[in-house]
Order: sequence, then C-alpha cells, then structure tokens
Amino acid sequence: MALLKIENLSATVGGKEILKGIDLEIQPGEVHAIMGPNGSGKSTLSYVLAGRPGYEVTGGSVTYDGKNLLDMAPEERACEGVFLAFQYPVELPGVANTTFLKHALNARRKFLGEAELDALEFVKALRKKAKELNIPDEMLKRPVNVGFSGGEKKRNETLQMAILEPRLAILDETDSGLDIDALKLVSEGVNALRSADRSFLVITHYQRLLDYIVPDKVHVLSAGRIVKTGGKELALELEKTGYAGYEDEAA
Amino acid sequence: MATTDTVERVSALEAEKYRYGFSTDIEMDFAPKGLNEDIVRLISAKKEDPEWLLEWRLKAFALWQDMPEPTWQKPDVPQIDYQDVYYYAAPKKDGPKSLDEVDPKLLETYAKLGIPLKEQEVLAGVEGAPRVAVDAVFDSVSVATTYRKELESHGIVFCSISEAVKTHPELVKKYLGSVVPYSDNKHACLNAAVFTDGSFVYIPKGVKCPMELSTYFRINAQETGQFERTLIIADEGSYVSYLEGCTAPMRDENQLHAAVVELITLDDAEIKYSTVQNWYPGDENGKGGIFNFVTKRGACRGRNSKISWTQVETGSAITWKYPSCILQGDNSVGEFYSVAITNNCQQADTGTKMIHIGKNTRSRIISKGISAGRADQTYRGLVRVLPNASGARNFTQCDSLLIGDKCGAHTIPYIESRNPSAQLEHEATTSRISEDQLFYCLSRGIGEEEAVALIVNGFCKEVMQTLPMEFAVEAQKLIGISLEGSVG
Repeated sequence: MALLKIENLSATVGGKEILKGIDLEIQPGEVHAIMGPNGSGKSTLSYVLAGRPGYEVTGGSVTYDGKNLLDMAPEERACEGVFLAFQYPVELPGVANTTFLKHALNARRKFLGEAELDALEFVKALRKKAKELNIPDEMLKRPVNVGFSGGEKKRNETLQMAILEPRLAILDETDSGLDIDALKLVSEGVNALRSADRSFLVITHYQRLLDYIVPDKVHVLSAGRIVKTGGKELALELEKTGYAGYEDEAA
Repeated sequence: MATTDTVERVSALEAEKYRYGFSTDIEMDFAPKGLNEDIVRLISAKKEDPEWLLEWRLKAFALWQDMPEPTWQKPDVPQIDYQDVYYYAAPKKDGPKSLDEVDPKLLETYAKLGIPLKEQEVLAGVEGAPRVAVDAVFDSVSVATTYRKELESHGIVFCSISEAVKTHPELVKKYLGSVVPYSDNKHACLNAAVFTDGSFVYIPKGVKCPMELSTYFRINAQETGQFERTLIIADEGSYVSYLEGCTAPMRDENQLHAAVVELITLDDAEIKYSTVQNWYPGDENGKGGIFNFVTKRGACRGRNSKISWTQVETGSAITWKYPSCILQGDNSVGEFYSVAITNNCQQADTGTKMIHIGKNTRSRIISKGISAGRADQTYRGLVRVLPNASGARNFTQCDSLLIGDKCGAHTIPYIESRNPSAQLEHEATTSRISEDQLFYCLSRGIGEEEAVALIVNGFCKEVMQTLPMEFAVEAQKLIGISLEGSVG
C-alpha cells in the first residue's frame, strides 16, 4: 500500500487556484523529488499536505497510511508522522530549542500512546541525535532559530526530523540559502534518516540538491499540475533544458 | 489574511472554565455585612488590637468615608457597594496548635490548587520535606505556620501580622503605614481600617534568610472582601526572598480585594518579593471575578539596599496594582519584573513607580503584557528623579503581545527628571503571535493551546527567570491555563 496517495488534488490560496489536479503516489521507503519553476505550486503542495490554515483544498483527496489526511488537524498530521521541513524555519524568541523539541516529541509520543520522556531521558536522546548530526550543544540551548544562520536553521530542521522520526518527510526547498558545505551537511543528515519505512518528498528548484539526496522518482510541477515524471535522470535533463518547455505544456 | 485566520480560530475555541473554581465548606464566623465605625471596632476587638492600632484604624475609617475613588485608571470600575461586603470572616475554630489540627479540607484545597507536592508535604509536616515556610492564610486568619522554630533560631520573625502586633509591637508600630500611609489612596485607606490579617516578616541584622518564605492567599467565603496587610522589614545587611501566590474559587458576585504590602530595607539589605496572582477572573462574558486593588510599595531606606518585585498577574476581573520602590538610600536599587496576562473580559492597569531620591540610585523595569479575548490592559509607570538624585539611572522595557483583534494594550510611561545627570532609557514594543509561529508549532505536533503557552512563555522569559524555582514551574503552567480557551 502506498504511504501517500494524492488524487486529483486542487487547492486555492487567497481565492486563487494554485494546485489544479495533482496525482502522486509514494511507496514506503521511496524518495520523490518535485521540481518546478517559481510559482508552480511546490510550496503550496507542501503546505496543503501539512495542513496550513489558509490553504484551501477545493477538490481531490489525499490518503496517508490508509487514512484521509485532509480530515486531520495539522498537529494530528504531525503526530501521525508527517513532517514538513520549512523553507524558512520560524523564530520562536525565548523558547529554548530543547524545550521546543521536548514538547514536540512528547506530543507525538502521547498521541501514539507511548510514555512521555522526562527531562533527563529527553536530553540524553537529544544529545545523541545532535552528536550524530554534528550539532553543538550550544545550539540546543538557544531560542528556536533565533540568530541562527541559514545553514544552522536547516540543520535544526534536520535535527527535529531526526528526533520526531516521521514516516513521511516533506523537505520544502531545503537547499535554498545554503552554501555547498551546508548543503552537504544537511543532505548527509537526511540520507542518514533514509530507511525502508520512511518516505521523502523533496521539493526543490535546483538539481544540485538531488546530487546529494538521490531520488527514486522526479516529478515536474508546472502551473499546478505534474507535467512529467521520470527517474533521477530527469533532474539532470531539467538542469540542461530549464523549465521553459514544461510551462507551455501546462498552459 | 493571516491575522484574520488567527482571530477566527481564537473565537472558535471554547473558553475554558476557570480551573480552580471550587470552594471549601468550612463554617464561617461572619461579622454582619456592611461597614461603619462599629464594624471597625468589632474587627479591632476580634483581633485584640492594642489601643494605638484601634485609633489608627478609626482615623483611617474617618478619612476613607470622604475619600474619592481613584479615577485615573483605564479600566471601568463599577460602583462598589461597600455596604454589601463582609469585612470579617474567619474559620470558626481557633488556630490549630499543630499541623495535625489543620482541617483536612484545607489541605485538600491546597492540593486542588496545585500547590507543588513538596509544599504540600511541608504543610502536611512530612519529614525531610524541603524548607519552604508557608504561612497559609485561609480567608482572614493564619491557620498554619511552619518552620517557625528554625526561623526563630536565626532570629527571624515570620508570623501573621495580628500575632506580630502582640509579640513585636515596637516593630509594627514603627513601620506599619510608614511606606503606605492610610491616607495614600481610597483602597489602601480601607485596608488600614479593616485589615484582618496578612504576614509579618522581620529579618535581623546580617541574617540571610535560609529559605524562601511563602504565603498562599485564597478568598474562600462568598462576598468576603479580603484586606490583607503584609509588612516585611529587612534590617541592615539582611536578605529575604518572599513568595506570595493566590487563587480563588469560582464566584458570581464581584469580590473586593484591597491588600497592602509594605517593604522596608535598611543599609545593605535586600528583599525579593515574588507574586503569582490568580484570583478568579470572571467568566468569559466578564461575569464575576475579583477586583484586585492592591497597594504595594517598598522603601529602600538604607544605603546600597535593594528591593525587587516580580509579579505574574493572570487573574482578577480588574487589576489595579503598581508595586513601587522609593529609592531613598544612596546607591539603592529598585527592580520591577512583571508579566500580566488578560483574557476574555479582564482589565488590568498595572505597572510601577520608581522614585529616585538618593544619589546613584538605579532602577530597572521589565514589563511583559499579554492581552487576549476582549481584554484590555495598560502598563502605567512613573520614573521620578528628584533634584538630589545625582547619577540616577533607569532602564524601562515594556513589551506587549496581542492575541486576536478585540483586545487592547496600552503603555503609559511617565518620566519626570529633576536632575540633569540622570540617565533614563525607555523601550517599548507591541507585537502579535504570528500565524507562522503558531503553524510552525502545530506542524511539529504541538497542539494550539500548548503552542500558545510555549510562545507566550518565551515572550515572558526575561521575567519568568527572575522567579524563584519554587514558583517558576507553577507560573509557567499558569500562563498556559490563563490563555486556554480563547487563544489559538
């Protein structure tokens, strides 16, 4: 059974139709990349899947693990194992990174009927993951994303993902604003999380991210529709030809 | 767009019932309703006041009758029918001789209030319990005082003020009303006439109080005004940290609460006074709730002395409260750290006054106001530098956070400087919880109410971290509870 099945999904933002009938199926363990020009609906798709208020689904369906994803509140989706790595991670002044992560993990554990971790257990688990991702302790104590560099923010998203152990991770332009070293670091973090029962939806504008996170499938999104699907070689092709040809196709 | 959406979700959530809305059925010994000279005399007789105190009360009462209500605050204060209030209520039994004699229902009440387990152990007299002395005020008479013996070994006096009147009359007579005179304002004047109990602390020269002193106030009887009076004196070179917290049961009628707190520090002494205020705020339509008209003031009389106020104000229908510092001693320091949360129909007018009299006096004001629902709050502050206060310094920071579009936040800082060497700084911000922040939390599985509590606690962090450990956890939870139901 597919972990994620999107059928004929359309959605509007502020009354404007952005997604115009998306079909997409992701099996457990698969990494899918969505590429497309600016304004094609890439971020909208990620927000719709995460349940962001203001992104209104006007048609179609999304089935996640056999359940109707669109029926769930955003926090419920997260607890069910859907994770969105933000293109622009949000700053939470005064909220320590550790505190935030503990609330997030315990919310999910509670939802799954598992015992909540106490402060000590949590810090132990967090330190282990942080060490694996080369994230310094100091970053855990700082307020969430406040004063973080672009690279630190994205690494912090990866850390959250590692802690929350999602079944479906959506990476929204994780490569944006990263230099090549940061991109490598983040990609390594993501690759370490790849497993047979965890799927990824990698949204990107550029092919270079896919050099590091190698996808099983690549989809081209243009004007709210998936206009082409292929293997990883499709990304390379796009790098040469650009999106120009696909924009015509969608129109 | 984003704002509208937040607002919609705010209103969609159902207002949470006041969590501490319950009452304990202990037989009350009422004085008749209403206020006249006889009632003042009755209270004085019940408290076995000395003659000088009775006279003081009567002078206050005489002045009070013709004194106008303060009108400069922003909240609309309904006309208070002072004749429809009980001025004396006390548990029927005499004060228990030991904790075993404490009414189990009272202990249950503390449990329901969520008083930290360790402090309940203290109340229950459990061996090896942490050393937090609790002078528990249940309505108007202190019924449990713990650790007094250990405090006594340091020469520290921590007892009810009515007891102190008997055991330490010279201290009470010298300092009572010396910081807040009965003529100060209508509410303080009423308190002087009818105060029934409260705490008294004296820390002798050079003594650092070995534990946090803690008092829980709780209104319990219907239509019983609370007129607590607290007096804390830190003698030369001494230090004390004092905690005051309160919750109240659900009531329909408005209840008047007019407390007075006076702090005095002599040379090189320091008092840290922390409050968590959680009186019943009224229901989501503004029905019921406490009128909390409090006069709190500290006098740094000595050189190099320090008074620090920290308050977390989440309760009451109307809060009228300005914990202040009179910086008389040279090099003395005054601090005011405040978190005020108003939700539903709550109104708060709170802030501080820093009066710089001595040379090189310094003050620091950090105020964090959070307004939600249809609530309205005002920070009202005064920094006054008198001509002799050369080298005076003040730093003021007022931040307001709005949740929804029907609430209000106002900042009214008055600055009066009569010394050209004074350095005064004021910073103020007003912001909202952003849709982005909220969604970020939701997308990590954190529910709406928990997310708001997290964000607001982050916003208040600077103030919250000045709270003693005993209080910090409770106060953080309280912030969450206070904002439940009308934010999202």
